Amino acid sequence: MKKEDLIAFVIFIVLVILLPVLSGSTYTLTVGIFSGINALVAIGLCILMGYAGQVSLGQAGFYGVGAYVSSMLSLHGGFPVVISVILAMIAAGIAAVLLAVPALRLKGHYLAVATLGFGEIIYVILNEWGPGGPSGFGDIPHFSFLGYTVDSTTGYFYLIWSLVAAVMLFSINLIRSRTGRALRAIHDSELACNAMGLNVVTLKIKVFILSAVYASLAGSLYAHYVTFISPSSFSLFYSILVLTMVIVGGITNLWGAIIGAVVITVLPELLRRFEELDVLVYGLILTLSLMFFRRGLVPIMIEKIKKLRGLAVAKH
Amino acid sequence: MLTVFLQFLFSGLTVGAVYALVGIGFNITYNATSIINLAQGEFVVIGGLMMWFFSESLKLPFLVSVAFTIVTAGVIGLLMERLTIKPLKNPDLMLMIMITVAVSILLRGVLMFSFGKEPYVYPSFTEGEPVNVYGAIIQQQTLWVIGITGFCIVSLFFFFKKTIVGKAMLACAVNPTAAQLVGINVSRMVMFSFVLSGIVGAIGGMAITPISLMEYDKGPMLAVKGFCAAIMGGLGSNRGAVIGGFLIGILESMTAGYIHSGMKDGIALIILLLILFFKPAGLFVSKTMLELRKF
Repeated sequence: MKKEDLIAFVIFIVLVILLPVLSGSTYTLTVGIFSGINALVAIGLCILMGYAGQVSLGQAGFYGVGAYVSSMLSLHGGFPVVISVILAMIAAGIAAVLLAVPALRLKGHYLAVATLGFGEIIYVILNEWGPGGPSGFGDIPHFSFLGYTVDSTTGYFYLIWSLVAAVMLFSINLIRSRTGRALRAIHDSELACNAMGLNVVTLKIKVFILSAVYASLAGSLYAHYVTFISPSSFSLFYSILVLTMVIVGGITNLWGAIIGAVVITVLPELLRRFEELDVLVYGLILTLSLMFFRRGLVPIMIEKIKKLRGLAVAKH
Repeated sequence: MLTVFLQFLFSGLTVGAVYALVGIGFNITYNATSIINLAQGEFVVIGGLMMWFFSESLKLPFLVSVAFTIVTAGVIGLLMERLTIKPLKNPDLMLMIMITVAVSILLRGVLMFSFGKEPYVYPSFTEGEPVNVYGAIIQQQTLWVIGITGFCIVSLFFFFKKTIVGKAMLACAVNPTAAQLVGINVSRMVMFSFVLSGIVGAIGGMAITPISLMEYDKGPMLAVKGFCAAIMGGLGSNRGAVIGGFLIGILESMTAGYIHSGMKDGIALIILLLILFFKPAGLFVSKTMLELRKF
């Protein structure tokens, strides 16, 4: 891990530990929990976009697979929650392979449209055949492992954010590894990578599977935390929301995904009175940030810090 | 038996006609710019909802409403290109995809804000008894949809083959630099392609709304299916998009009729994946052509 990442990671851990201590209100923690769930999905999409150069418009589909598979297995299948969550991740991974193998063998727009279609179809399936249909179902068991059940807001806050930390640690190591270097090389020139003997397609497929698995994990956590799910949480709008998070945070930096997730999750809380206008508001945010603010919050912040440091060094 | 089959066939042809128009819309912008405009579905919705606004809400005469709707869609296409696509200095593929997605969300937001979430409908273009073909009942509007689609296809064919603007647009698609060198205003052709694809989508929306209703969030599904149609025939080939569109429409309505209505939306995705897997160049474009393309 590089020094900057280590510093960021320590700050991150301290913030996560301190938030419930400093502001123990259930409301703050609940917003924090949803930020964490969204951050998991956003980290996956960020790796896919920033490092494999592909867009997915169907993360809500994997998120939905995670939520539904895990809740149904634990509710009706009698599986322990942890096992159901893992099985849901495997299910999402298999769906990702089926989508990515045909779509990623070709260059271009194919993955974007295939995932858009996938998300829409999952949404239709959940409405048609999901338990409870459009109104969804409840009584989903709380998250539990080793005989310990998480049912308090603080418990969920720590559970979800420690998973975010674990996923982040894994992802940072991944992009600093040989695979990560290969991914960045793909971004610069696919042709050169092929010439060097890297299998570009396999790498892209692997990253796509990873992003689907992260989304599935987030979906399962969402279901076991809220204990009630309905298809409306897994519509195309959620995929777009996650896309907005990643763009706003900055696609070239994984920390951007977390910052973006927090900003975009907190934003609607501040914009309560625009509730009916959500699609319009997010459409505007997404369009404007793509037009004028393309690099995202975190890369711009890093540049500012570097400049300040440069000035300080120059003065001495 | 035959009656039921014919009934499904005609309903398939009706939706298929709209998929074909969306597919052609994709082709027009793709040929001129190598961009897949994912907001293509929203133009169909704009067509349906604006037609309702002009003809039902403002009570304008039919032809005036049609003209106004076409102008509105064209202007939105123009604004989209000038405000979001043109300012991109060195566009990469991912950015262009995201820009068109962003615009589609924005359009959907505006549509929801102005029209709300409920579905809209207006009467068929002509009133009259449905036509009876071997016992299958065919609404007059179905004939309108198919007729209008046919008219669009034929006029686009002549536009690209016989008019100087159409030929110039094709030239930009083949080689923008060379087109610029012979004096074609490439930037204007790109703008024009967005206007034209917006109008084609809106025409589809105007025609289909009396049959299948229109609401603000129908865009993405239409885009996915139109894209399937375009891929099936091979991106860039209008003939392919038409055949692809009708095939998907028919397969969908057969699935809905004979198997289960909930499965009809899944069919398009399965077709899309199968084509990508086995014949990515589509049915009417050679593999070499596909490899020569920028994206």
